Amino acid sequence: MEPEKQKALLEILEQDARTTPEQVASMLGVDIEQVQRTIQQMESAGVIRRYKTVIDWDRFGEERVFAFIDVKVSPAREVGFDDVAERIYRFPQVHAVYLVSGDHDLRVIVSGRTMKEVAAFVAERLAPLDRVQATYTQFVLKRYKEDGEVYAETEPDRRLVMAP
Amino acid sequence: MKPLSQAVTSVPPSGIRRFFDVAAQLEDCISLGVGEPDFVTPWHIREAAIWAIEKGFTTYTSNYGLFTLRQRIAAHLKARYGVDYSPESEMLITVGVSEGLDISMRALLNPGDEVIFFEPSYVSYAPCVLFAGGKPVPVPTDYRLGFQPDVQRLREAITARTKAILLCYPNNPTGAVATRAVLEEIVRIAIEHDLYVITDEIYDRLVYDAEHTCIASLPGAAERTILLGGFSKSYAMTGWRIGYACAPAQIIEMMMKVHQYTMLCAPIAAQKAAEEALEHGEPEVERMRREYDRRRRLIVERLNEIGLECVPPQGAFYVFPSIRCTGLRSEEFTEQLLWEERVAVVPGNVFGSSGEGHVRLSYATSLPKIEEALHRIERFVSKRRR
Repeated sequence: MEPEKQKALLEILEQDARTTPEQVASMLGVDIEQVQRTIQQMESAGVIRRYKTVIDWDRFGEERVFAFIDVKVSPAREVGFDDVAERIYRFPQVHAVYLVSGDHDLRVIVSGRTMKEVAAFVAERLAPLDRVQATYTQFVLKRYKEDGEVYAETEPDRRLVMAP
Repeated sequence: MKPLSQAVTSVPPSGIRRFFDVAAQLEDCISLGVGEPDFVTPWHIREAAIWAIEKGFTTYTSNYGLFTLRQRIAAHLKARYGVDYSPESEMLITVGVSEGLDISMRALLNPGDEVIFFEPSYVSYAPCVLFAGGKPVPVPTDYRLGFQPDVQRLREAITARTKAILLCYPNNPTGAVATRAVLEEIVRIAIEHDLYVITDEIYDRLVYDAEHTCIASLPGAAERTILLGGFSKSYAMTGWRIGYACAPAQIIEMMMKVHQYTMLCAPIAAQKAAEEALEHGEPEVERMRREYDRRRRLIVERLNEIGLECVPPQGAFYVFPSIRCTGLRSEEFTEQLLWEERVAVVPGNVFGSSGEGHVRLSYATSLPKIEEALHRIERFVSKRRR
């Protein structure tokens, strides 16, 4: 498949992973086998990491607390920040870890069921790690948009039902 | 009381009305009958308009429209199609292509002048010609030929009273894109018979696997052409009512007179929004076009599977399949589909007599809705297929 179409295929699946190979094939004007083969290739090459679902847990009624934790780390020879980052991201509570520019070195996003739980994680797990010098925690108060998804009521279709 | 205007009385109301009222009341109705994008105007454009209003851009503008906007449109048309229009004297910002169409007719026509257009066509063409005192002369096209303009029939339709040819490519409702060769032939005919060409190119940016030819770019065309364009479809800006007309200065001067005394100017906030659209809107235009294209391929394939034969449309966001396999007329099909399966489509005959035997489906609708609608249409057709 041409790179242009491969990209289109990825965009389609990124938007809706449940789009069937048949649908993708007709959308791109290629045959189904080609689509299936490309998807397999992308999966084994790790381009497609996995297929997941965007869930609004608030709406389901389950409370989840998120916090951004900026971490100051003293870098080590040869590994820089990588080894500390790795120690952090192995915790399942850790949602994301980034190396960032600015005052701090790592930005960690942690989730938990309660603020207490997140606070305990920071105090007992994160802060005591070797070479972690300081942590700075910000709790998320409200989530407006995440990964391109807006968490507000969807706006209604305001168009007339029929128009020339 | 004295009778109302004959010109207006003689024009029948839009054929869509009857179905509109039903469709608007049905609960879980999926509408493929909408002639406008399902996207809202890209946020950067809305945001720029909000800013403009905050800054006090709330006044009239020049009758011609903001000069800066005309400059941008001129540059845009030059870059895209190689056409040269002077922003000083050959352009007018209109309240959508609708107004551009109306004032074109009023600027060109004397009572009884004939305007030829190909049908199926957008529903406003014949009425606009009539309101201006002219005589609409529809020329049919054939779906087996992909609704391409039929040059032979065009020649046959020309009389001593013919004043202008009105074109719309990419086409609403068929999605046809006229080939360069056909347009060149039309220009030759226009020159030969000294006719004006009015070209409604509102869908110019929505083409797939094809190239849009701006007829004004063809040799000898610009001096007799009124080019109408706008922002509604490419930038999802239908509600802003903003378009433009480009033509030789003496024509623009006449159109401008009607515009000046009836409309005054297009709304300034919409003009500011249009500037933003031209300046930064390109990625969004392409994003929407790609999305339409994917839906188009899907819908064409599915319709052909279902038995509603259609030639892949190359432009706009409509498919215009044949419903002949059901043995129903367009209005019967539309009405029964609406009541039975709650899917709204537009009967092809409202766009002219060669639209009979077809319906118009718009794919300016989200993919899941299109899927569901096709599922229902399949069930509907399978009960009637002969």
